[in-house]
Amino acid sequence: MSATFVREQLVAPMEQPRSNVGTPAWLQQKLFGSVLNTVVTIISAVIFAALVWPAIRFMLIDAVWDGSSRVDCLAETVGRPVGACWPFIAAKFAQFMYGFYPAEEVWRINLTYAIGIVLLAPLLIPPVPYKVLNAILFFGVFPVVAFYLLIGGVFGLPHVETRVWGGLLVTLVITFAGIIGALPIGIVLALGRRSSLLLVRWFCVIFIEFWRGVPLITVLFFATYMLPFFLPEAWKLDPLARVLIGVILFAGAYMAEVVRGGLQAIPRGQYEAARALGLGYWKMMAFVVLPQALKLVIPGMVNSFIALFKDTTLVLIVAIFDLLGQLRASFADPNWATPVTLLTGFAFAGMIYFAISFAISRYALYVERRLSTGVAH
Amino acid sequence: MDNDPSKAAAPARDIRTTRNEIAVDMEGVNKWYGAFHVLRDVNLRVMRGDRIVICGPSGGGKSTLLRCINRIEEWQQGRVVVDGVELTEDLKSIDEVRREVGMVFQQFNLFPHLTVLENCALAPVWVRGMSRKEAEAIAHHYLERVRIPEQAAKYPAQLSGGQQQRVAIARALCMQPKIMLFDEPTSALDPEMVKEVLDTMVELAMDGMTMLVVSHEMGFARQVATRMVLMDAGQIIEVDEPGQFFTNPRHERTKAFLSQILH
Ligand SMILES: Nc1ncnc2c1ncn2[C@@H]1O[C@H](COP(=O)(O)OP(=O)(O)OP(=O)(O)O)[C@@H](O)[C@H]1O
Ligand SMILES: [Mg+2]
Repeated sequence: MSATFVREQLVAPMEQPRSNVGTPAWLQQKLFGSVLNTVVTIISAVIFAALVWPAIRFMLIDAVWDGSSRVDCLAETVGRPVGACWPFIAAKFAQFMYGFYPAEEVWRINLTYAIGIVLLAPLLIPPVPYKVLNAILFFGVFPVVAFYLLIGGVFGLPHVETRVWGGLLVTLVITFAGIIGALPIGIVLALGRRSSLLLVRWFCVIFIEFWRGVPLITVLFFATYMLPFFLPEAWKLDPLARVLIGVILFAGAYMAEVVRGGLQAIPRGQYEAARALGLGYWKMMAFVVLPQALKLVIPGMVNSFIALFKDTTLVLIVAIFDLLGQLRASFADPNWATPVTLLTGFAFAGMIYFAISFAISRYALYVERRLSTGVAH
Repeated sequence: MDNDPSKAAAPARDIRTTRNEIAVDMEGVNKWYGAFHVLRDVNLRVMRGDRIVICGPSGGGKSTLLRCINRIEEWQQGRVVVDGVELTEDLKSIDEVRREVGMVFQQFNLFPHLTVLENCALAPVWVRGMSRKEAEAIAHHYLERVRIPEQAAKYPAQLSGGQQQRVAIARALCMQPKIMLFDEPTSALDPEMVKEVLDTMVELAMDGMTMLVVSHEMGFARQVATRMVLMDAGQIIEVDEPGQFFTNPRHERTKAFLSQILH
């Protein structure tokens, strides 16, 4: 071949060879493309079979579906090995959901959930308009409405002490309050940590590092058992409120570090362009920097939220009964003491925790993809 | 064109000139980065309607000088007065000056999360306090002037480099500045896009805008500059009419520099 070349015939575009495209080819490539791939695939299949099959047997095939007491879930009665004892869950369901919230007032919790869902759903669906109004309603108005609905004592609603709250209600209340409180605190702390004002910066650094250096359990213990000793009688807060404040500050410190990561990723040119246009610090942050930074850290934020959701189970040790706490309490009921009660309860709680965490993370993935395709950079 | 609705809302006079004869006055400006003396006794007076083109070797301090004019950089000694307002620590003076001085960067620095129109309308709304409608009318007007009205709804990442830089110019113009600063606006562009941006700048110059441009586009400089400035090692080496500057430079460094870039 000579050193120079001039193309005389242009090459028309062709279709890719059939064997490279389509699902079977793709599957074969991904699963058995190499020796290592094949080994991994086989090991995964074995593990899958070893875990999933027993789970299906336990929860469906061997499960007991009808009954009214422990006797119905005993192998001797049924005459075969027994899986999950679902009547136990059915009998305790109200407790798992609402704790000891008075049964005739439970509609208030359901109404709160309903309002929450009606406000949250359109917020999560990108094409629905009025996002700002919607966000204000959900993050600003809803917490207030929920507070009065659940606590009562106004508009003729009987007062319901937080002492009797429990189950999934408490789990959701702590998670939701944690998220709503942690976001603004995290943003302010992250901005403060990058501030040029020395005192502000120091305060934020110390605050963040303090809360990050202390385990949540310690925070909860301190808030519940120690704080009352230090605070004057008049300042006595509701036990749940004390825990909420602890959780919010704790989650806020973590959120601050997540947000800071996003702020650091914004190029200097963005700040310069904003300042050159005459935008002051707060407007620059609100309209130029934070929208970009927060978008970048959505995965990190969702991670923190899921962690928070699961960490709420720690309130168990300060005698607040979240879903898991309520579950453990119900194990003590002799009326339902069977060999499978424990497993059934944990399977049920596991499914709820998994369903919610999984839904959050899938949604986050969807948002992330949407933000990174085509539009909006 | 005449019954274009955006025209009606746009200002009667596009280019606002400075109140003062002197647009920018730098007196004895010295700046250090740590121990590094980056601006050394810089004195520069820019009159209303002047078009200054600043050139010189890399690292000579051209960007730094330009960025002192809207105080994106601070200096340690000397005075900078922009359109009669002395820039001090006082945030009010800084805000006042930034409202009147537009800047265009080498890397465009458009806001990637906003559409072209939103990029342009942001500052008029939040700095000038215009209504959104008014600001968008102005944005449309200037996008038309830089010849990309059809891109208004797109995001910056969907535009070519030349288009992005023209949006950046429109964004600065939407604040209706009296003075425009350009820091190597074409050096991040592919060669075939340089012309469209320079053409936009020439038009702006013809309209009488006071401009300070850091650029090595000598054809452009010859065409529009009222004065040329050569900077090297943090100092202003030579200031001259373009005719004199190009044909008969007086300082050795100017001669050396010009012979390098004009080969
Ligand atoms: N933030 C900074 N900290 C320390 N030194 C800096 C900083 N910014 C710029 N410098 C130095 O100051 C000098 C002048 O920089 P400047 O960007 O003004 O040069 P320039 O003439 O614009 O060069 P170029 O043609 O490469 O853009 C350079 O030597 C640069 O390394
Ligand atoms: Mg430069």
